[in-house]
Amino acid sequence: MSGLLTVCKREWSAYFSTPVAYVFVLIFLMMSAALTFYLGNFYDRGQADLQPFFNFHPWLYLFFMPAIAMGLWSQERQLGTIELLLTLPLTQAQVVSGKFLAAWLFAALALVLTFPLWLTVNYLGDPDNGVILTSYLGSWLMAGAFIAVGCCMSALSRNQIVAFILTVLICFVLMLSGFPMVLDMFRAWGSDRVVDFVAGLSFITHFQALSRGVVDLRDVLYFLLLITVWLFATGEVLSIKKAR
Amino acid sequence: MIEVERLTRRFGDFTAVDDLSFEVRPGEVLGFLGPNGAGKSTTMKMLTGFLPPTSGRVSLFGLDIARQPLAVKQRLGYLPEGAPAWSDMTVLGFLKFIADVRGLKGKNRSQRIMHAAALTGLEPVLKQNIGTLSKGFKRRVGLAQTLLHDPDVLILDEPTDGLDPNQKQQVRDLISQLAEDKIVIISTHILEEVSAVCSRAMIIAAGRKVADGTPAELEARSRYHQAVSVQFSEPVQAASVFAGLPGVMEVDEYDGGRGYRIFPEEKTSVFHAVNTAIETHHWPLDTLHIERGRLEDVFRQLTEGKS
Repeated sequence: MSGLLTVCKREWSAYFSTPVAYVFVLIFLMMSAALTFYLGNFYDRGQADLQPFFNFHPWLYLFFMPAIAMGLWSQERQLGTIELLLTLPLTQAQVVSGKFLAAWLFAALALVLTFPLWLTVNYLGDPDNGVILTSYLGSWLMAGAFIAVGCCMSALSRNQIVAFILTVLICFVLMLSGFPMVLDMFRAWGSDRVVDFVAGLSFITHFQALSRGVVDLRDVLYFLLLITVWLFATGEVLSIKKAR
Repeated sequence: MIEVERLTRRFGDFTAVDDLSFEVRPGEVLGFLGPNGAGKSTTMKMLTGFLPPTSGRVSLFGLDIARQPLAVKQRLGYLPEGAPAWSDMTVLGFLKFIADVRGLKGKNRSQRIMHAAALTGLEPVLKQNIGTLSKGFKRRVGLAQTLLHDPDVLILDEPTDGLDPNQKQQVRDLISQLAEDKIVIISTHILEEVSAVCSRAMIIAAGRKVADGTPAELEARSRYHQAVSVQFSEPVQAASVFAGLPGVMEVDEYDGGRGYRIFPEEKTSVFHAVNTAIETHHWPLDTLHIERGRLEDVFRQLTEGKS
Protein backbone atom coordinates (compact mmCIF):
# COMPACT_ATOMS: atom_id res chain seq x y z
CA MET A 1 0.00 0.00 0.00
CA SER A 2 2.73 2.46 0.95
CA GLY A 3 4.46 1.82 -2.37
CA LEU A 4 1.27 2.66 -4.20
CA LEU A 5 0.87 5.89 -2.28
CA THR A 6 4.50 6.87 -2.83
CA VAL A 7 4.06 6.44 -6.58
CA CYS A 8 0.76 8.32 -6.43
CA LYS A 9 2.33 11.19 -4.53
CA ARG A 10 5.14 11.57 -7.04
CA GLU A 11 2.75 11.46 -9.95
CA TRP A 12 0.43 13.95 -8.29
CA SER A 13 3.21 16.48 -7.72
CA ALA A 14 4.41 15.90 -11.29
CA TYR A 15 1.07 17.30 -12.49
CA PHE A 16 1.74 20.53 -10.66
CA SER A 17 5.43 20.86 -11.48
CA THR A 18 4.50 22.61 -14.72
CA PRO A 19 1.84 25.25 -15.39
CA VAL A 20 0.05 22.77 -17.67
CA ALA A 21 -2.07 21.42 -14.81
CA TYR A 22 -3.30 24.87 -13.81
CA VAL A 23 -4.13 25.80 -17.37
CA PHE A 24 -5.83 22.46 -17.76
CA VAL A 25 -8.06 22.90 -14.70
CA LEU A 26 -8.85 26.43 -15.75
CA ILE A 27 -9.94 25.37 -19.24
CA PHE A 28 -11.97 22.54 -17.76
CA LEU A 29 -13.80 24.92 -15.46
CA MET A 30 -14.41 27.47 -18.20
CA MET A 31 -15.63 24.87 -20.64
CA SER A 32 -17.96 23.23 -18.15
CA ALA A 33 -19.43 26.60 -17.20
CA ALA A 34 -19.78 27.74 -20.79
CA LEU A 35 -21.48 24.52 -21.85
CA THR A 36 -23.82 24.65 -18.89
CA PHE A 37 -24.90 28.24 -19.37
CA TYR A 38 -25.00 28.51 -23.14
CA LEU A 39 -25.66 25.09 -24.64
CA GLY A 40 -27.40 23.78 -21.54
CA ASN A 41 -29.86 26.69 -21.24
CA PHE A 42 -29.20 26.80 -17.53
CA TYR A 43 -31.38 29.84 -16.91
CA ASP A 44 -34.15 29.24 -19.42
CA ARG A 45 -35.02 25.84 -17.98
CA GLY A 46 -36.29 27.57 -14.86
CA GLN A 47 -35.13 24.69 -12.70
CA ALA A 48 -32.62 24.90 -9.92
CA ASP A 49 -30.58 21.80 -10.62
CA LEU A 50 -27.26 20.88 -12.22
CA GLN A 51 -28.67 18.57 -14.89
CA PRO A 52 -27.43 20.70 -17.78
CA PHE A 53 -23.97 20.76 -16.17
CA PHE A 54 -23.70 17.00 -15.74
CA ASN A 55 -25.21 16.23 -19.15
CA PHE A 56 -22.10 17.57 -20.80
CA HIS A 57 -19.65 15.66 -18.66
CA PRO A 58 -19.27 12.63 -20.92
CA TRP A 59 -18.39 14.97 -23.78
CA LEU A 60 -16.02 17.06 -21.76
CA TYR A 61 -14.34 13.94 -20.41
CA LEU A 62 -13.96 12.49 -23.87
CA PHE A 63 -11.18 15.02 -24.42
CA PHE A 64 -10.05 16.00 -20.96
CA MET A 65 -9.51 12.62 -19.35
CA PRO A 66 -7.39 11.19 -22.21
CA ALA A 67 -5.27 14.33 -21.87
CA ILE A 68 -4.72 13.67 -18.17
CA ALA A 69 -3.81 10.06 -18.77
CA MET A 70 -1.81 10.22 -22.00
CA GLY A 71 1.53 10.94 -20.35
CA LEU A 72 1.27 8.44 -17.51
CA TRP A 73 3.27 5.71 -19.22
CA SER A 74 4.36 7.04 -22.59
CA GLN A 75 6.38 9.74 -20.89
CA GLU A 76 8.16 7.19 -18.70
CA ARG A 77 9.07 5.29 -21.81
CA GLN A 78 10.31 8.38 -23.58
CA LEU A 79 12.40 9.54 -20.62
CA GLY A 80 13.64 6.02 -19.93
CA THR A 81 12.44 6.34 -16.34
CA ILE A 82 10.23 3.31 -16.86
CA GLU A 83 13.36 1.24 -16.35
CA LEU A 84 14.09 2.98 -13.09
CA LEU A 85 10.51 2.71 -11.89
CA LEU A 86 10.16 -0.97 -12.68
CA THR A 87 13.47 -1.98 -11.13
CA LEU A 88 12.63 -0.37 -7.80
CA PRO A 89 11.22 -2.73 -5.18
CA LEU A 90 7.63 -2.07 -6.25
CA THR A 91 5.18 -4.49 -7.78
CA GLN A 92 3.84 -3.65 -11.20
CA ALA A 93 0.35 -3.49 -9.69
CA GLN A 94 1.50 -0.84 -7.22
CA VAL A 95 2.95 1.32 -9.96
CA VAL A 96 -0.03 0.91 -12.28
CA SER A 97 -2.61 1.72 -9.62
CA GLY A 98 -0.53 4.47 -8.04
CA LYS A 99 -0.32 6.29 -11.34
CA PHE A 100 -3.99 5.76 -12.03
CA LEU A 101 -4.95 7.03 -8.59
CA ALA A 102 -2.97 10.24 -9.08
CA ALA A 103 -4.77 10.97 -12.34
CA TRP A 104 -8.11 10.08 -10.81
CA LEU A 105 -7.52 12.39 -7.86
CA PHE A 106 -6.52 15.11 -10.29
CA ALA A 107 -9.88 14.63 -12.01
CA ALA A 108 -11.53 14.82 -8.59
CA LEU A 109 -9.80 18.12 -7.93
CA ALA A 110 -11.07 19.56 -11.21
CA LEU A 111 -14.54 18.32 -10.32
CA VAL A 112 -14.46 19.76 -6.80
CA LEU A 113 -13.44 23.12 -8.21
CA THR A 114 -16.75 23.34 -10.04
CA PHE A 115 -18.37 24.04 -6.65
CA PRO A 116 -19.34 27.65 -7.58
CA LEU A 117 -21.99 26.15 -9.85
CA TRP A 118 -23.35 24.23 -6.91
CA LEU A 119 -23.36 27.41 -4.84
CA THR A 120 -25.16 29.17 -7.68
CA VAL A 121 -28.06 26.75 -7.87
CA ASN A 122 -28.37 26.76 -4.12
CA TYR A 123 -28.50 30.53 -4.23
CA LEU A 124 -31.04 30.60 -7.04
CA GLY A 125 -33.36 27.95 -5.75
CA ASP A 126 -33.75 24.89 -3.67
CA PRO A 127 -32.13 21.99 -5.54
CA ASP A 128 -32.05 18.38 -4.43
CA ASN A 129 -28.50 18.26 -3.09
CA GLY A 130 -28.68 14.47 -2.77
CA VAL A 131 -29.10 14.19 -6.52
CA ILE A 132 -26.24 16.59 -7.04
CA LEU A 133 -24.04 14.51 -4.77
CA THR A 134 -24.78 11.24 -6.56
CA SER A 135 -24.24 13.02 -9.87
CA TYR A 136 -20.82 14.12 -8.73
CA LEU A 137 -20.07 10.59 -7.59
CA GLY A 138 -21.25 9.17 -10.92
CA SER A 139 -19.25 11.75 -12.81
CA TRP A 140 -16.09 10.92 -10.85
CA LEU A 141 -16.56 7.19 -11.39
CA MET A 142 -17.01 7.79 -15.10
CA ALA A 143 -13.86 9.93 -15.13
CA GLY A 144 -12.05 6.94 -13.59
CA ALA A 145 -13.17 4.69 -16.41
CA PHE A 146 -11.93 7.20 -19.01
CA ILE A 147 -8.59 7.48 -17.24
CA ALA A 148 -8.18 3.71 -16.90
CA VAL A 149 -8.61 3.38 -20.68
CA GLY A 150 -6.09 6.19 -21.04
CA CYS A 151 -3.59 4.38 -18.80
CA CYS A 152 -3.73 1.33 -20.99
CA MET A 153 -3.30 3.28 -24.22
CA SER A 154 -0.44 5.25 -22.69
CA ALA A 155 1.29 2.00 -21.84
CA LEU A 156 0.78 0.90 -25.43
CA SER A 157 2.44 3.81 -27.19
CA ARG A 158 5.49 5.86 -26.37
CA ASN A 159 3.89 8.72 -28.26
CA GLN A 160 1.52 10.75 -26.10
CA ILE A 161 -0.51 12.00 -29.05
CA VAL A 162 -1.10 8.46 -30.28
CA ALA A 163 -2.14 7.45 -26.77
CA PHE A 164 -4.53 10.39 -26.64
CA ILE A 165 -6.18 9.61 -29.96
CA LEU A 166 -6.53 5.90 -29.19
CA THR A 167 -8.12 6.72 -25.83
CA VAL A 168 -10.59 9.14 -27.37
CA LEU A 169 -11.56 6.51 -29.96
CA ILE A 170 -12.10 3.73 -27.45
CA CYS A 171 -13.99 5.95 -25.03
CA PHE A 172 -16.14 7.22 -27.86
CA VAL A 173 -17.08 3.66 -28.77
CA LEU A 174 -17.84 2.93 -25.11
CA MET A 175 -20.08 5.99 -24.99
CA LEU A 176 -21.66 5.36 -28.34
CA SER A 177 -23.51 2.22 -27.36
CA GLY A 178 -25.76 4.27 -25.10
CA PHE A 179 -26.90 6.73 -27.76
CA PRO A 180 -30.55 6.53 -28.90
CA MET A 181 -29.54 6.24 -32.57
CA VAL A 182 -27.30 3.28 -31.93
CA LEU A 183 -29.88 1.66 -29.70
CA ASP A 184 -32.60 2.22 -32.30
CA MET A 185 -30.47 0.39 -34.79
CA PHE A 186 -30.29 -2.60 -32.47
CA ARG A 187 -33.97 -2.25 -31.63
CA ALA A 188 -34.81 -2.72 -35.30
CA TRP A 189 -33.72 -6.35 -35.25
CA GLY A 190 -32.81 -7.37 -31.71
CA SER A 191 -34.95 -8.22 -28.73
CA ASP A 192 -35.20 -5.94 -25.71
CA ARG A 193 -32.57 -7.99 -23.96
CA VAL A 194 -30.08 -7.33 -26.72
CA VAL A 195 -30.87 -3.62 -26.58
CA ASP A 196 -30.51 -3.58 -22.80
CA PHE A 197 -27.23 -5.43 -23.04
CA VAL A 198 -25.81 -2.99 -25.57
CA ALA A 199 -27.04 -0.02 -23.56
CA GLY A 200 -25.55 -1.62 -20.48
CA LEU A 201 -22.09 -1.42 -22.01
CA SER A 202 -22.19 2.33 -22.26
CA PHE A 203 -20.72 4.91 -19.93
CA ILE A 204 -23.71 7.11 -20.60
CA THR A 205 -26.42 4.69 -19.50
CA HIS A 206 -24.77 4.11 -16.15
CA PHE A 207 -23.83 7.72 -15.63
CA GLN A 208 -27.35 8.89 -16.33
CA ALA A 209 -28.74 6.43 -13.84
CA LEU A 210 -26.43 7.81 -11.16
CA SER A 211 -27.13 11.41 -12.08
CA ARG A 212 -30.84 10.88 -11.56
CA GLY A 213 -30.08 10.45 -7.90
CA VAL A 214 -30.39 6.69 -7.74
CA VAL A 215 -27.28 4.96 -6.47
CA ASP A 216 -27.72 1.52 -7.92
CA LEU A 217 -24.88 -0.73 -6.88
CA ARG A 218 -24.78 -2.15 -10.40
CA ASP A 219 -23.91 1.24 -11.88
CA VAL A 220 -21.16 1.78 -9.35
CA LEU A 221 -19.87 -1.74 -9.94
CA TYR A 222 -19.95 -1.20 -13.69
CA PHE A 223 -17.48 1.65 -13.41
CA LEU A 224 -15.32 -0.06 -10.79
CA LEU A 225 -15.19 -3.20 -12.89
CA LEU A 226 -14.33 -1.22 -16.00
CA ILE A 227 -11.50 0.51 -14.13
CA THR A 228 -10.17 -2.80 -12.83
CA VAL A 229 -10.29 -4.44 -16.24
CA TRP A 230 -8.47 -1.60 -17.97
CA LEU A 231 -5.84 -1.35 -15.26
CA PHE A 232 -5.30 -5.08 -15.48
CA ALA A 233 -4.94 -4.65 -19.24
CA THR A 234 -2.37 -1.92 -18.59
CA GLY A 235 -0.28 -4.37 -16.59
CA GLU A 236 -0.60 -6.96 -19.33
CA VAL A 237 0.44 -4.47 -21.99
CA LEU A 238 3.53 -3.56 -19.95
CA SER A 239 4.46 -7.22 -19.52
CA ILE A 240 3.86 -8.10 -23.15
CA LYS A 241 5.96 -5.16 -24.32
CA LYS A 242 8.83 -6.36 -22.16
CA ALA A 243 8.49 -9.98 -23.20
CA ARG A 244 8.63 -9.27 -26.91
CA MET B 1 26.82 -13.68 -5.09
CA ILE B 2 25.23 -13.41 -8.51
CA GLU B 3 24.74 -16.55 -10.54
CA VAL B 4 23.78 -16.31 -14.17
CA GLU B 5 22.93 -19.52 -15.95
CA ARG B 6 22.56 -19.86 -19.70
CA LEU B 7 20.93 -16.47 -20.00
CA THR B 8 19.41 -15.86 -23.42
CA ARG B 9 17.29 -13.04 -24.73
CA ARG B 10 15.77 -12.74 -28.17
CA PHE B 11 13.92 -9.81 -29.71
CA GLY B 12 11.99 -11.37 -32.56
CA ASP B 13 14.61 -13.04 -34.73
CA PHE B 14 17.45 -11.11 -33.20
CA THR B 15 19.40 -12.74 -30.40
CA ALA B 16 20.71 -9.99 -28.16
CA VAL B 17 22.15 -12.20 -25.43
CA ASP B 18 23.17 -15.72 -26.28
CA ASP B 19 23.67 -18.42 -23.67
CA LEU B 20 25.57 -16.33 -21.16
CA SER B 21 26.73 -17.93 -17.90
CA PHE B 22 28.88 -16.43 -15.16
CA GLU B 23 29.18 -15.82 -11.44
CA VAL B 24 30.20 -12.73 -9.53
CA ARG B 25 31.31 -12.65 -5.89
CA PRO B 26 31.29 -9.84 -3.34
CA GLY B 27 34.37 -7.68 -3.62
CA GLU B 28 34.56 -8.12 -7.37
CA VAL B 29 34.16 -5.25 -9.80
CA LEU B 30 33.11 -6.80 -13.06
CA GLY B 31 33.37 -4.74 -16.20
CA PHE B 32 31.23 -5.62 -19.21
CA LEU B 33 33.10 -4.66 -22.32
CA GLY B 34 31.85 -4.83 -25.82
CA PRO B 35 30.99 -2.87 -28.92
CA ASN B 36 27.68 -1.02 -29.07
CA GLY B 37 24.87 -3.49 -29.55
CA ALA B 38 26.83 -6.40 -28.09
CA GLY B 39 24.18 -7.08 -25.46
CA LYS B 40 25.70 -5.38 -22.43
CA SER B 41 22.64 -3.30 -21.58
CA THR B 42 20.24 -6.14 -22.33
CA THR B 43 22.16 -8.36 -19.92
CA MET B 44 21.99 -5.68 -17.25
CA LYS B 45 18.28 -5.24 -17.81
CA MET B 46 17.84 -8.93 -17.14
CA LEU B 47 20.10 -8.88 -14.08
CA THR B 48 17.96 -6.14 -12.56
CA GLY B 49 14.67 -7.81 -13.39
CA PHE B 50 13.51 -5.21 -15.88
CA LEU B 51 13.47 -7.59 -18.83
CA PRO B 52 12.43 -11.21 -18.49
CA PRO B 53 14.93 -13.54 -20.17
CA THR B 54 13.80 -15.71 -23.07
CA SER B 55 15.51 -18.57 -21.28
CA GLY B 56 18.02 -19.01 -18.52
CA ARG B 57 18.15 -17.97 -14.91
CA VAL B 58 19.50 -15.15 -12.76
CA SER B 59 19.85 -15.49 -9.02
CA LEU B 60 21.23 -13.16 -6.44
CA PHE B 61 22.35 -14.49 -3.06
CA GLY B 62 20.28 -17.57 -3.78
CA LEU B 63 17.12 -15.59 -4.64
CA ASP B 64 15.70 -16.25 -8.09
CA ILE B 65 14.85 -12.95 -9.74
CA ALA B 66 11.88 -14.38 -11.62
CA ARG B 67 10.36 -15.85 -8.46
CA GLN B 68 11.25 -13.28 -5.81
CA PRO B 69 11.68 -10.05 -7.74
CA LEU B 70 10.97 -7.74 -4.81
CA ALA B 71 13.47 -9.38 -2.47
CA VAL B 72 16.11 -9.16 -5.19
CA LYS B 73 15.31 -5.56 -6.12
CA GLN B 74 15.68 -4.52 -2.48
CA ARG B 75 19.32 -5.57 -2.54
CA LEU B 76 20.10 -3.96 -5.89
CA GLY B 77 21.08 -0.50 -6.93
CA TYR B 78 20.70 0.07 -10.66
CA LEU B 79 21.79 2.92 -12.87
CA PRO B 80 20.04 2.42 -16.21
CA GLU B 81 21.67 3.49 -19.45
CA GLY B 82 21.58 7.27 -19.84
CA ALA B 83 20.82 7.79 -16.13
CA PRO B 84 17.12 8.53 -16.61
CA ALA B 85 15.37 10.73 -14.04
CA TRP B 86 12.24 12.84 -13.97
CA SER B 87 13.39 16.18 -15.26
CA ASP B 88 10.67 18.16 -13.51
CA MET B 89 11.73 17.02 -10.02
CA THR B 90 14.37 18.64 -7.86
CA VAL B 91 17.39 16.51 -7.01
CA LEU B 92 16.28 16.37 -3.38
CA GLY B 93 12.69 15.52 -4.34
CA PHE B 94 13.94 12.74 -6.56
CA LEU B 95 16.19 11.25 -3.88
CA LYS B 96 13.38 11.52 -1.33
CA PHE B 97 11.06 9.64 -3.65
CA ILE B 98 13.56 6.82 -4.15
CA ALA B 99 14.24 6.74 -0.40
CA ASP B 100 10.49 6.43 0.27
CA VAL B 101 10.17 3.60 -2.21
CA ARG B 102 13.17 1.94 -0.56
CA GLY B 103 11.33 2.17 2.73
CA LEU B 104 13.80 4.51 4.44
CA LYS B 105 12.21 6.51 7.22
CA GLY B 106 12.77 9.48 9.48
CA LYS B 107 16.28 10.40 10.52
CA ASN B 108 17.84 7.47 8.71
CA ARG B 109 16.19 8.65 5.49
CA SER B 110 17.62 12.13 5.64
CA GLN B 111 21.02 10.81 6.72
CA ARG B 112 21.16 8.35 3.84
CA ILE B 113 20.12 11.04 1.38
CA MET B 114 22.79 13.45 2.59
CA HIS B 115 25.38 10.67 2.60
CA ALA B 116 24.60 9.65 -0.98
CA ALA B 117 24.60 13.31 -2.05
CA ALA B 118 27.97 13.83 -0.38
CA LEU B 119 29.49 10.74 -2.00
CA THR B 120 28.45 11.93 -5.44
CA GLY B 121 29.09 15.64 -4.87
CA LEU B 122 25.50 16.69 -5.32
CA GLU B 123 25.18 19.05 -2.36
CA PRO B 124 25.34 22.29 -4.39
CA VAL B 125 22.46 21.28 -6.68
CA LEU B 126 20.04 19.60 -4.28
CA LYS B 127 17.39 22.27 -4.76
CA GLN B 128 17.71 22.42 -8.54
CA ASN B 129 15.42 20.82 -11.07
CA ILE B 130 17.03 17.78 -12.65
CA GLY B 131 16.08 19.09 -16.10
CA THR B 132 18.33 22.11 -15.63
CA LEU B 133 21.44 20.11 -14.65
CA SER B 134 24.47 19.41 -16.80
CA LYS B 135 25.04 15.91 -18.13
CA GLY B 136 27.66 15.20 -15.47
CA PHE B 137 25.38 16.17 -12.60
CA LYS B 138 22.51 14.15 -14.07
CA ARG B 139 24.72 11.10 -14.16
CA ARG B 140 25.66 11.67 -10.54
CA VAL B 141 22.00 12.01 -9.56
CA GLY B 142 21.49 8.58 -11.10
CA LEU B 143 24.46 7.26 -9.14
CA ALA B 144 23.29 8.77 -5.86
CA GLN B 145 19.94 7.09 -6.34
CA THR B 146 21.61 3.67 -6.50
CA LEU B 147 23.48 4.21 -3.22
CA LEU B 148 20.62 5.35 -0.98
CA HIS B 149 19.84 1.99 0.57
CA ASP B 150 23.46 0.80 0.71
CA PRO B 151 22.76 -2.14 -1.60
CA ASP B 152 24.77 -5.37 -1.80
CA VAL B 153 24.87 -5.21 -5.55
CA LEU B 154 25.45 -2.22 -7.80
CA ILE B 155 24.69 -2.50 -11.48
CA LEU B 156 25.83 0.57 -13.35
CA ASP B 157 25.28 0.95 -17.08
CA GLU B 158 27.99 3.30 -18.37
CA PRO B 159 28.46 5.18 -15.10
CA THR B 160 31.05 7.61 -16.42
CA ASP B 161 29.52 8.38 -19.80
CA GLY B 162 29.35 12.13 -20.34
CA LEU B 163 31.57 13.07 -17.41
CA ASP B 164 34.68 15.19 -17.71
CA PRO B 165 38.05 13.61 -16.80
CA ASN B 166 37.95 14.88 -13.20
CA GLN B 167 34.44 13.63 -12.65
CA LYS B 168 35.36 10.32 -14.25
CA GLN B 169 38.16 9.94 -11.77
CA GLN B 170 35.82 10.77 -8.87
CA VAL B 171 33.32 8.18 -9.98
CA ARG B 172 36.04 5.57 -10.41
CA ASP B 173 37.37 6.31 -6.94
CA LEU B 174 33.85 6.04 -5.60
CA ILE B 175 33.36 2.67 -7.28
CA SER B 176 36.65 1.32 -5.97
CA GLN B 177 35.73 2.55 -2.51
CA LEU B 178 32.29 0.94 -2.65
CA ALA B 179 33.57 -2.27 -4.10
CA GLU B 180 35.11 -3.56 -0.89
CA ASP B 181 32.11 -5.48 0.32
CA LYS B 182 29.78 -5.22 -2.64
CA ILE B 183 29.32 -6.73 -6.02
CA VAL B 184 29.74 -4.07 -8.66
CA ILE B 185 28.98 -4.62 -12.32
CA ILE B 186 29.66 -1.81 -14.74
CA SER B 187 29.43 -1.61 -18.47
CA THR B 188 31.67 0.60 -20.45
CA HIS B 189 33.37 0.99 -23.76
CA ILE B 190 36.20 2.98 -22.28
CA LEU B 191 39.01 0.47 -22.02
CA GLU B 192 41.21 2.46 -19.66
CA GLU B 193 38.33 2.35 -17.21
CA VAL B 194 38.52 -1.40 -17.05
CA SER B 195 42.17 -1.34 -16.06
CA ALA B 196 41.43 1.47 -13.62
CA VAL B 197 38.52 0.06 -11.66
CA CYS B 198 37.67 -3.50 -12.62
CA SER B 199 39.05 -6.55 -10.91
CA ARG B 200 37.61 -8.60 -13.70
CA ALA B 201 36.61 -7.92 -17.26
CA MET B 202 34.25 -9.74 -19.52
CA ILE B 203 34.24 -9.05 -23.22
CA ILE B 204 30.92 -9.59 -24.92
CA ALA B 205 30.38 -9.66 -28.66
CA ALA B 206 27.12 -10.44 -30.45
CA GLY B 207 25.57 -11.52 -27.18
CA ARG B 208 28.24 -14.07 -26.35
CA LYS B 209 31.03 -14.06 -23.81
CA VAL B 210 34.30 -14.06 -25.74
CA ALA B 211 36.71 -13.40 -22.88
CA ASP B 212 36.60 -13.35 -19.10
CA GLY B 213 39.50 -12.62 -16.79
CA THR B 214 41.43 -10.00 -14.88
CA PRO B 215 42.42 -6.98 -16.95
CA ALA B 216 46.05 -8.21 -16.78
CA GLU B 217 45.07 -11.63 -18.10
CA LEU B 218 43.23 -10.05 -20.98
CA GLU B 219 46.16 -7.77 -21.76
CA ALA B 220 48.37 -10.85 -21.88
CA ARG B 221 46.33 -12.06 -24.83
CA SER B 222 47.45 -9.07 -26.82
CA ARG B 223 50.17 -9.46 -29.38
CA TYR B 224 51.85 -6.52 -27.69
CA HIS B 225 52.19 -8.47 -24.47
CA GLN B 226 55.91 -8.85 -23.64
CA ALA B 227 56.84 -6.96 -26.78
CA VAL B 228 59.92 -4.80 -26.33
CA SER B 229 59.81 -1.18 -27.41
CA VAL B 230 63.04 0.58 -28.18
CA GLN B 231 63.63 4.27 -28.85
CA PHE B 232 66.94 5.55 -30.22
CA SER B 233 68.06 9.14 -30.23
CA GLU B 234 69.12 8.88 -33.89
CA PRO B 235 68.19 6.50 -36.74
CA VAL B 236 69.81 3.09 -36.58
CA GLN B 237 69.79 0.14 -38.99
CA ALA B 238 68.83 -2.50 -36.41
CA ALA B 239 65.93 -4.40 -37.97
CA SER B 240 67.96 -7.35 -39.26
CA VAL B 241 69.93 -7.68 -36.03
CA PHE B 242 66.74 -7.77 -33.92
CA ALA B 243 65.04 -10.17 -36.31
CA GLY B 244 67.99 -12.53 -36.00
CA LEU B 245 67.79 -12.77 -32.20
CA PRO B 246 66.49 -16.04 -30.77
CA GLY B 247 62.77 -16.07 -29.91
CA VAL B 248 61.91 -13.03 -32.01
CA MET B 249 58.84 -13.44 -34.16
CA GLU B 250 58.49 -10.06 -35.77
CA VAL B 251 60.11 -6.63 -35.78
CA ASP B 252 58.32 -3.36 -36.49
CA GLU B 253 60.36 -0.38 -37.48
CA TYR B 254 58.97 3.14 -37.32
CA ASP B 255 60.03 6.76 -37.14
CA GLY B 256 62.65 6.14 -39.84
CA GLY B 257 64.76 3.75 -37.75
CA ARG B 258 64.46 5.65 -34.47
CA GLY B 259 61.91 3.27 -33.02
CA TYR B 260 61.55 -0.49 -33.04
CA ARG B 261 59.02 -2.85 -31.57
CA ILE B 262 60.16 -6.44 -31.20
CA PHE B 263 57.47 -9.09 -30.82
CA PRO B 264 58.56 -12.33 -29.15
CA GLU B 265 57.27 -15.78 -29.88
CA GLU B 266 54.65 -16.94 -27.44
CA LYS B 267 55.77 -17.33 -23.82
CA THR B 268 59.32 -16.20 -24.41
CA SER B 269 61.06 -13.03 -23.34
CA VAL B 270 63.46 -11.24 -25.63
CA PHE B 271 64.20 -8.31 -23.38
CA HIS B 272 67.71 -9.38 -22.40
CA ALA B 273 68.67 -10.44 -25.89
CA VAL B 274 67.56 -7.07 -27.24
CA ASN B 275 69.35 -5.25 -24.46
CA THR B 276 72.60 -7.12 -25.08
CA ALA B 277 72.39 -6.54 -28.83
CA ILE B 278 71.99 -2.82 -28.30
CA GLU B 279 75.00 -2.71 -25.97
CA THR B 280 77.29 -4.69 -28.24
CA HIS B 281 76.45 -2.40 -31.19
CA HIS B 282 76.73 0.76 -29.08
CA TRP B 283 73.48 2.12 -30.46
CA PRO B 284 72.33 5.45 -28.95
CA LEU B 285 69.56 4.15 -26.71
CA ASP B 286 66.88 6.50 -25.38
CA THR B 287 64.29 4.24 -23.86
CA LEU B 288 63.72 0.52 -23.60
CA HIS B 289 60.69 -1.11 -22.06
CA ILE B 290 58.45 -4.16 -22.08
CA GLU B 291 54.87 -3.63 -23.12
CA ARG B 292 52.10 -4.93 -20.83
CA GLY B 293 49.82 -5.65 -23.70
CA ARG B 294 47.01 -3.57 -25.00
CA LEU B 295 43.42 -4.16 -24.04
CA GLU B 296 42.34 -2.22 -27.07
CA ASP B 297 44.16 -4.68 -29.27
CA VAL B 298 42.56 -7.68 -27.56
CA PHE B 299 39.18 -6.00 -27.70
CA ARG B 300 39.41 -5.42 -31.44
CA GLN B 301 40.78 -8.84 -32.12
CA LEU B 302 37.93 -10.51 -30.22
CA THR B 303 35.02 -8.38 -31.29
CA GLU B 304 35.73 -7.25 -34.82
CA GLY B 305 33.35 -8.60 -37.39
CA LYS B 306 31.08 -10.07 -34.74
CA SER B 307 28.46 -7.36 -34.45
